[in-house]
Amino acid sequence: MVEPLLSTDRLVKHFGGLLATDDVSIDVRPGEIHALIGPNGAGKTTLVGQLTGLLAPDSGTIRFAGRDITRLPTHARVRLGLGRSFQITSVLREFSALDNVALAVQAHQGHSFRFLADVRRDRALRTAAQGGLDAVGLGARAAMPAAALSHGEQRQLEIAMALAGEPKLLLLDEPTAGMGVEESQRMVETLRGLKRSCGMLLIEHDMDAVFALADRITVLVYGRVLFCGTPDEIRRHPEVRQAYLGEDGA
Amino acid sequence: MQPRNMIALLLLALLAVLPLLTQAFDQRYLLSVGTRIVIWSIAAVSLNMILGYGGLVSFGHAAFFGIGGYAVGILSAEGIQNGWLQWPVALAASMLWAALVGALSLRTRGVYFIMITLAFAQLVYYLASGLEGYGGDDGLNISRSRFAGLLDLRDKATFYWLCFALLCGTLWFCGRLANSRFGTVLRGARANELRMTALGFPVFRYRLVACVIAGAFGGLAGILIANEGAYVSPAMMSWVKSGDLIVIVVLGGIGALFGPLYGAIVFFALEETLKPFLDLLHKGWGEYWQIVFGPLLVLIALHARGGMASLLRRRDG
Ligand SMILES: Nc1ncnc2c1ncn2[C@@H]1O[C@H](COP(=O)(O)OP(=O)(O)OP(=O)(O)O)[C@@H](O)[C@H]1O
Ligand SMILES: [Mg+2]
Repeated sequence: MVEPLLSTDRLVKHFGGLLATDDVSIDVRPGEIHALIGPNGAGKTTLVGQLTGLLAPDSGTIRFAGRDITRLPTHARVRLGLGRSFQITSVLREFSALDNVALAVQAHQGHSFRFLADVRRDRALRTAAQGGLDAVGLGARAAMPAAALSHGEQRQLEIAMALAGEPKLLLLDEPTAGMGVEESQRMVETLRGLKRSCGMLLIEHDMDAVFALADRITVLVYGRVLFCGTPDEIRRHPEVRQAYLGEDGA
Repeated sequence: MQPRNMIALLLLALLAVLPLLTQAFDQRYLLSVGTRIVIWSIAAVSLNMILGYGGLVSFGHAAFFGIGGYAVGILSAEGIQNGWLQWPVALAASMLWAALVGALSLRTRGVYFIMITLAFAQLVYYLASGLEGYGGDDGLNISRSRFAGLLDLRDKATFYWLCFALLCGTLWFCGRLANSRFGTVLRGARANELRMTALGFPVFRYRLVACVIAGAFGGLAGILIANEGAYVSPAMMSWVKSGDLIVIVVLGGIGALFGPLYGAIVFFALEETLKPFLDLLHKGWGEYWQIVFGPLLVLIALHARGGMASLLRRRDG
């Protein structure tokens, strides 16, 4: 059995009296798409927050790529190969699409304590950034301010930024949220294309996307793992159907 | 070349020959105003770096006037006049202070950041007031830094040109920095800190370094102020001066390279004209020139969001 790329061991997180993460142990294997589903407020984003280091767990440990990262700051986790996208689109709105990705490339190339050389004339940086935009189909939009891109394009841009860090694992918090059918399908295609190069923890409400992509699915309810299994097992699981998919299943 | 840069270059050219002009027209006093504009511009350009590019509203920038100034003043009082010694010590002290204040204040955001930087600046202010051995509240007369054989800072024109050269250096450096990898990170963190962190940037470190760099230039301005009047006093770092620096940056245009220069020129030009004008109306009113200046500032804030720099830009378009 391969060692998982990412694993959590009995993670617990309270917000005051609210138990948002309740004894969660999950793992993602290299190259796997592991979907995390669950109703609103189940604690999915909270879990991602702890994985990225934005939130500190009350107890439990997180291991990534063979080391304990529970106490590591966010930027150090990114350096190890943990990339993410946000549930609420987060790009640098005044920066051009190209500059957004260029910054991501820059982050990946080591420290940025370089004070004099002009980034706008940095050929290698620009080329790499353009390549990243091309890969998600935004090549023609390079010069546009991120704020002027459509919602779907901004989400694609986020993926390009996350990929620029050459992550081993992508944490995707509802990548298709707020998208139309067509945009959603494009995102699914983009993610499918990435599957071989990195593992993914995919939070998603769109069940079509989940079943199209996931190798395994974990169901989270009230902060607890209700069930973890293959898409087929999920479809058959009575409790899951009742709790989450509704009686008619998916 | 863009017309906008043309205006800035013309202005710099004018400043470059200011001592010749003031001599030709026999306006010595104007040279001292010019010197102050140039020195304050150095500090304002550096404040603009953290405030404009970094989005960090420091309300304690005048502390660097004091630290740079007092480092020179105290060394001078102790018999060390050599500028090659004084200046590096003053710069190091300023950077150290910036690192300390930054390390603590950068953990806070928004209003708290403003208040903490102000509080630290006040600390230095009262510290200086308490230095009875160095003049206390009254301040300290010093002799100017010596650069044996190279420069005589007592010569007004020489001193002005030195300040002007240092301003050019500051503008050059900050201009390069704005478009460097470092500057891009700084601007990115202002636009969306969370995003920058998620990209893998230790934002805190970048901001801290920015504060230290800005502190160095602030300290440099302090060194120059001390040498201009051959005098240091706690007043040079009162919170009012920190406020004036912010006003200059806002007036000139936040985040525009030459903004602080425009801001400083307008600020001092207004001070020099409003004061005597008000005194003319009624003896003693001049002191309250900022009562007139305040509403003017509000007007500018309302009608020219990007300050003077944006007004000039609009002209081009
Ligand atoms: N910073 C916070 N402080 C207090 N409570 C929080 C905080 N963040 C989240 N919560 C609460 O924790 C619970 C889990 O929230 P979370 O955002 O993780 O859910 P989610 O599964 O991502 O939901 P959704 O599908 O709506 O995105 C919710 O009840 C939420 O109100
Ligand atoms: Mg969520």
